[in-house]
Amino acid sequence: MRRRWAAVSAVALGALALLPLATPREDILNFVFLVLLGITLAESWNIVAGYAGQVNLGHAAFFGLGALLTRRLWTTGTPIVAAMLAGAVLATGFAVVIGVAAFRLRGAYFAIGTLALGEILRTTVSNVLPEISTLPAASIAAYRLTDRYYAALVLAAVTVAAVAALASSRLGLGMRAIREDEEAAAASGVGALRLKLAALALSTGLAGLAGGLFAYYHISYYASHPFGPQWTFDALLMTYIGGVGTLHGPLLGAVLYVVLKEYLAVRWVDLHLLIFGALFVAIVLLLPGGLVQAAARVRRLLRRRR
Amino acid sequence: MILAQQLLLGVLIGGLYGLAAAGLSLVFGVMRVLDVAHGELIMLGGYGTFWLVTLLGVDPFLALGLVIPGALALGVALYWGLFAFVVRADEATRVKNSLLIGFGLALALHALAVRLWTADERSVPTPYGGAVFTVAGLSIPAVRLLSLVLAFALILSLQLLLTRWRWGKAIRATAEDWQAALLTGIDVRRAYLLAFALGTALAGAAGTLVTIGYAVSPSIGLEWTLKALIVVVLAGLGSMPGTFVGGLVLGVAEAASAAAFGGPYREVVGLVIFVVVLVVRPRGLFGR
Repeated sequence: MRRRWAAVSAVALGALALLPLATPREDILNFVFLVLLGITLAESWNIVAGYAGQVNLGHAAFFGLGALLTRRLWTTGTPIVAAMLAGAVLATGFAVVIGVAAFRLRGAYFAIGTLALGEILRTTVSNVLPEISTLPAASIAAYRLTDRYYAALVLAAVTVAAVAALASSRLGLGMRAIREDEEAAAASGVGALRLKLAALALSTGLAGLAGGLFAYYHISYYASHPFGPQWTFDALLMTYIGGVGTLHGPLLGAVLYVVLKEYLAVRWVDLHLLIFGALFVAIVLLLPGGLVQAAARVRRLLRRRR
Repeated sequence: MILAQQLLLGVLIGGLYGLAAAGLSLVFGVMRVLDVAHGELIMLGGYGTFWLVTLLGVDPFLALGLVIPGALALGVALYWGLFAFVVRADEATRVKNSLLIGFGLALALHALAVRLWTADERSVPTPYGGAVFTVAGLSIPAVRLLSLVLAFALILSLQLLLTRWRWGKAIRATAEDWQAALLTGIDVRRAYLLAFALGTALAGAAGTLVTIGYAVSPSIGLEWTLKALIVVVLAGLGSMPGTFVGGLVLGVAEAASAAAFGGPYREVVGLVIFVVVLVVRPRGLFGR
């Protein structure tokens, strides 16, 4: 089973790597870029929500911090990889400082606390930096979409690999123990705060890198845009619809979300949110494991038939 | 003088914060359900008013008389359709699932509002829109003053309902301890339904007053949900007049910080208070 998944992943990765050689169509590359960014966001959010069981509604804050610093450093001459890493370090550092206080909150209180945190950052950034950030003319002239595409592919692959490694590690096991019952986990010697911080640090580091990718990809945007709550909400929808706390769920959710969003956006702006909002409610009520759980049920049914 | 004027405007909007928070506080206190779509319900109330005024020519303040029953009905529908499933779970799951469901509902309602009314900001004209009282050099917009009075009247009537009415007492008993309430023969499910419907009605009424005094757009939901949460955290659960005062405090704090740090930061102060209070008293403030 493991080997089969490894083979499938290798083939998918190879195909995606060859895609820019196979087609010069920018719309396709942009589309796949958005899917890859979605996968990175959803999988990184899934670490804290799915494995450690803490619904973080301030994910956009870390995405935004990564974007902010990366853009600053990169447009003033720092190589993009170094700039993105610096953005990730900033996001993680901020997360660890905030996390010590925020993890005193449990369950829904953690969720609304982090939501407020994200909004504080967004409002402050839009006040301090109200202008649109546009790339300098020289960078626009040198802009190549394939560079962004490969950066997104590498980042998504690293994220999925990190979550896969986490899922099968002792660390991941401890996180899941906290998710199921924090008191019981602590009583059996799991350092709950330490593990939750570790989950948050990894998650926000990846979100910071995703923000850096956004800053590298977009030619012009408002500095506060990556801090907007919709980035958190996107990650949450993709993860829950795919299957929270699984490796494949957020991947599946991201693909479905971006496909539907881009397809519907052509005709109806925002209609995808109506559909996904309703789908999300249905999944929370009826199918807490998302599409992954649905697929497993169908498979079991088919097996019983045979 | 300018500061006094700003603080006065803070009090006027603070009444609406209190009204917005009262519904959320009631629902959370009784059902232990955190409905983060509360702001979207306010938004719907606002658009209901917008339609009543622009399509039917109803006076905006009289529109309250239609928006409140409409919101009550919507609350019943939402309870039977969604939240009745949530209250079956134990308390921790209940809070978490209601948060997620409220979130999905908020997204869907936001998208629906964009479809129906476009993303533009709307306000309603009132025949006495421009009237201003001047008292001791301070100007008081008549419409906002009337809104404040109405917000207070609504909260007072809710308090009377909760203390005098048979079912109001049942609602309070359920909030106190639902198992004990069940044992004394109270239909807890019906108390939940009533609390949710009343909470939605208050949201609708708040939406009307927001639209009259300010403006409504599909994206005001999150902002008002946060305001209501901040007030609930400040005021605690249980007392409706306390919630009203909490709203006034938030309005004044926002006005003071806008005066001190500049207008755009008015949103930040409430959120900072909120986070600090939450962290210092992680569980206590929502409890009694």
